[in-house]
Amino acid sequence: MSNATAATEPLHTPLAWQAVELVEKLPATARAATLVLRAPAWPGHRAGQHVDIRLTAEDGYQAERSYSIASTPEDAALSLTVERLPDGEVSPYLVDELRPGDLIELRGPIGGWFTWSSEEGGPLLLVAGGSGLVPLMAMLRHRAATDSRAPARVLVSASAIDDVLYREELDALAAADDAVEAHIALTRRQPPGWTGFARRVDAPMLAEVGFAPDARPRVFVCGPTGFVESASSALVGLGHDPSLIKTERFGPTGA
Amino acid sequence: MVHVDGNAAAGILREVFAAEMTAAACVCGHCGAGFALAETHAYVRAPGVVLRCPDCSGVLLRILRLREGLSVEMRGVARIEI
Amino acid sequence: MGVDNRPCRDCTARDNARMALISRGFTGRRRPPEERDRLPPGQYLVDGFPVLSAGPTPHTPLERWTFQVRGAVQPTPTWTWEEFRELPSERITRDIHCVTKWSKFDTTWEGVPVDRLLDGLALDGRFVLAFCDGGYTTNLSLDDVTGGKAWIALAYGDAALEPEHGGPARLLVPHLYFWKSAKWVRGLEIRREDRPGFWEELGYHNRGDPWREQRYSGD
Repeated sequence: MSNATAATEPLHTPLAWQAVELVEKLPATARAATLVLRAPAWPGHRAGQHVDIRLTAEDGYQAERSYSIASTPEDAALSLTVERLPDGEVSPYLVDELRPGDLIELRGPIGGWFTWSSEEGGPLLLVAGGSGLVPLMAMLRHRAATDSRAPARVLVSASAIDDVLYREELDALAAADDAVEAHIALTRRQPPGWTGFARRVDAPMLAEVGFAPDARPRVFVCGPTGFVESASSALVGLGHDPSLIKTERFGPTGA
Repeated sequence: MVHVDGNAAAGILREVFAAEMTAAACVCGHCGAGFALAETHAYVRAPGVVLRCPDCSGVLLRILRLREGLSVEMRGVARIEI
Repeated sequence: MGVDNRPCRDCTARDNARMALISRGFTGRRRPPEERDRLPPGQYLVDGFPVLSAGPTPHTPLERWTFQVRGAVQPTPTWTWEEFRELPSERITRDIHCVTKWSKFDTTWEGVPVDRLLDGLALDGRFVLAFCDGGYTTNLSLDDVTGGKAWIALAYGDAALEPEHGGPARLLVPHLYFWKSAKWVRGLEIRREDRPGFWEELGYHNRGDPWREQRYSGD
């Protein structure tokens, strides 16, 4: 049976909507913002989990979306990083309109599969397509917050350098911790003097930046469906054990 | 239509089963393949939610939100371990 | 991760506004229609043409595509794609209404009227089950697909129907909620007894008239 991990507690806590307040909105990239939220009844979470956000218009119309939690279990405040999608219904509201003091409805944490906690150990190979980096960043931040020595390598794919979330933080983390490496693949445009990857993620790239399969890294791949399927088949093709690869796919134009 | 995966259905599965389900081990009733619910192909842009086997694409589970409550059909699941 | 979950449909909009928290300044993708009377109850007008699907988009090669009328009917004709394209088709413009609450006005289609497909056949049943590539089904009364109310649509706007919208051919029954306009349709089964289709067996309404807001069985 593939990847059936032991159930993590708590399995049976109720999942109710709660009102949370936007404390602060921090620009992340030109298209994305990090929302720092005050959730009074927050039960705690594991890195990799997500929340559901529900918005209700005055006439009762509702829309719901899921967003990965960017903050670690150790952080005092809950934060999400949301990317504005061009045809989006909820993301433009969250990124552009929502103001500190505003309340939105949230339920969570949700998801017991795509999670990592430092007692599980490493090495850790994190492969992200676009905003798929959010839950993986929560894992990296949790690793740092718990002083884990598990070797960690992250590969992020984005169209252009300005679209890479947490760029400075990734650089700083890699510079400060010799057990951490961060690699970026820019698929459409590269800045002058770029020395990183300039193509889509493929098997040779994963072989170059990833751990050898016999190191048995725990692998997490997150991004649009096409990206995840291509990267995870490449990893299996390189010899990584499928039972150590966990994936999370989201729609190409989630909205 | 591109699918997502069972992680996207975690919230509604929690409503149905009153438990975190994405790590639950599931056996496809059509082809016998085994996988975690998180690994299923999820169609969440349907009038309801449809989870399909990642191997044979057979329908495992359908969930529809009614006016009050949820309607769930699981003929396609041979077995599930929570 | 930004993933689409469906909006809350177990409440009326007024219930939602009363029970849930109103998000200041949120309106969604909707726009107010100039003609409010044209919208059935509970519907919202949207730009764009949302794509909803219960499974992967089928890609049956046209040389293997056929359309069949079968079941309680004599004879049971089958058309190849070439034969089907030779049938007289017509252009129509209609409003469409999805049970997930979005509506579009004045959508233009080209299609073969179902009346034309059933012309000359001896029908021995009052019910129809549309069956499709990928396994989707939906049930309708014969009355709801005859008398100029239904087509097998081959084009949307000025272009051949795209696969994600049901191409090469979908059932088009605009006077009912759009889950009845089955994508990737491959035939109609005439039946003496009604049999609920893919969503009807989960609890959607057997008929689905948007003007009577027949979304769920019991409505």
